[in-house]
Amino acid sequence: MINEIFYMNGYAVYVLSAFSFTLLSFLGLYLVTKVQFVREQNKFVTKFGTLNTEQAKSAKLQRINNEILSEAINN
Amino acid sequence: MYKIFEPNKIFHFTSKAPKYVLVLFIVFLSIGLLEALILSPEDYKQSDAVRIMYVHVPAAWISLGIFSSLTLFSIFGFILKNKNFFLISKSLAPSGFVFTLIALVTGSIWGKPTWGTWWVWDARITSMLILALFYLMYLIVWRIYDFEEKVYKISTFISILGIINVPIIKYSVDWWNTLHQPASINILSESSIHSSMLYPLLMMTAAFALFSLLIFLMKYNTELIKIKNKGLDRL
Repeated sequence: MINEIFYMNGYAVYVLSAFSFTLLSFLGLYLVTKVQFVREQNKFVTKFGTLNTEQAKSAKLQRINNEILSEAINN
Repeated sequence: MYKIFEPNKIFHFTSKAPKYVLVLFIVFLSIGLLEALILSPEDYKQSDAVRIMYVHVPAAWISLGIFSSLTLFSIFGFILKNKNFFLISKSLAPSGFVFTLIALVTGSIWGKPTWGTWWVWDARITSMLILALFYLMYLIVWRIYDFEEKVYKISTFISILGIINVPIIKYSVDWWNTLHQPASINILSESSIHSSMLYPLLMMTAAFALFSLLIFLMKYNTELIKIKNKGLDRL
């Protein structure tokens, strides 16, 4: 069974390289997108930390800002 | 009506959705890989080389689907003057580009055992390469221009030019004599593919669609946070 998967009538090198390329592309794109997301999220948390009380109060009026902060804390 | 697409309203959903989509993607991909690599039968002509179809065809379908959606959202954004539609388009582009590359590379790998060559300049393959170039131009425009209005105009222009290529890709195998085989699956007429191959193909297509949705959501959330970062600077 395992031999069949790794031989595939002589086509395994083509089939497995096509599948590997696809899965590696997925992994690469996922990691790049995740890194960009986490970087922006961290930037937001840092900037939020530098706001004074008034500015923080005004920023918190927007629901989306609170959600970004809570998501960052949960992650 | 399009107010339901406002970022402030949908972030609550888009920020939570990726983890569920990721789980669904892993489930569909695992079943799809099992079907594609082990359970599905070999082809009587192509033998096991036919298994490349299970990554090549879904990647090509999704890349065309994403480009069509990207163009549609760009046009909506342009007509309705709604910035959020452009954000949706921009967030769709990276996964569309990667799926186009996957279709080209896996097609090339499939070409070697079946046609005896890695590459031919035939209509289907060349038009897919042109699609990759349109994706690339679209992504570059968003990187090089800072002025938003200019980006919106140029990116919409590129997507409209690129969408002309989509029907050319679809019908290239009917219009010209190509090495590439005609479509085996037709929505309007009977498909020439056996159900034992159709089922894994649809499973892999669902997995690929879920992956593109996952990347779209992550990218879209990143873009929203970028905007909010700029908002904090203005406070």
